[in-house]
Amino acid sequence: MFLEWVASLIGEEPIELYILLVFMIAAAIIAVEIEDLLSSIVAVGAVGLGLSITFLTLKAPDLAIVQLVVEILCLIILIRATIKRDITQVKGRQRFITILTSLTFIVLFLVLAWSSLKNLPEFGYPIMKVAKNYLGEGLARTGATNLVTSVILDFRAYDTLGEVTVLFAAIIGALAVLRKIGRK
Amino acid sequence: MIYLLCLILFCVGLYCIITKRNLIKIIIGIGIVEYAINLFFILIAYRIRGRAPILAQDQVIENMVDPLPQAIVLTAIVIGLAVTALLVAIAIRIYEKYGTFDIEKIKRLKG
Repeated sequence: MFLEWVASLIGEEPIELYILLVFMIAAAIIAVEIEDLLSSIVAVGAVGLGLSITFLTLKAPDLAIVQLVVEILCLIILIRATIKRDITQVKGRQRFITILTSLTFIVLFLVLAWSSLKNLPEFGYPIMKVAKNYLGEGLARTGATNLVTSVILDFRAYDTLGEVTVLFAAIIGALAVLRKIGRK
Repeated sequence: MIYLLCLILFCVGLYCIITKRNLIKIIIGIGIVEYAINLFFILIAYRIRGRAPILAQDQVIENMVDPLPQAIVLTAIVIGLAVTALLVAIAIRIYEKYGTFDIEKIKRLKG
């Protein structure tokens, strides 16, 4: 009875997606609620690695690789921020009223978003108006067999240029904030 | 239905950003929100029984998933790393200045 209800809810969507997403949500809740900062960072790493496997299930291997590398770098950066800081825990209770208001607004947001999601195309049946062009002519016009690469580096190369600019600006900003010389 | 789970992941991150008082916790919340948005794009691009958008020699592959959101998210992931690095740099600097990560104790505006 219960299993039939679950099966009707899921339909033909792949079941492993649900398992991975529930795992990610559980890890995210642990990351948010745990006291110790280092454990929190490890839990957020679990979310990121789960996301990498989810990308693989959703047939996006390039993204899975990039997510894996970025997740590891992210963990290293975050651990660098917390380790050797002796006072890593913030004492004191949170205000009850803050939690109550934020939860109210989040539930409101969830309801509104859920009602607007019904206008999206059904899961598994994308519209692909633009992508039809890319899929048809990608090989002939760019010579790349990996169509994601052909979109990044040819059809939308200015996007990538902007990305590199943002990356450069952010790294320069981080170096400027952390520099030792020239500071008062 | 799967979109709802993705939204719940987004909301967990949002709750973390709004209610937590620790700077590192807030950075973690921003990271979780980022993951949820990236996942949402890829969920929209997915096709039932789809194949990865990589062509192969001597065979016609039908039913490819949408490559356009994948390209956009590939950009977004790398930018997310840069944003995290910048946020952590600012958090370290604040810790050096005030000796705490608690945002309620960081009150003095004078540099």
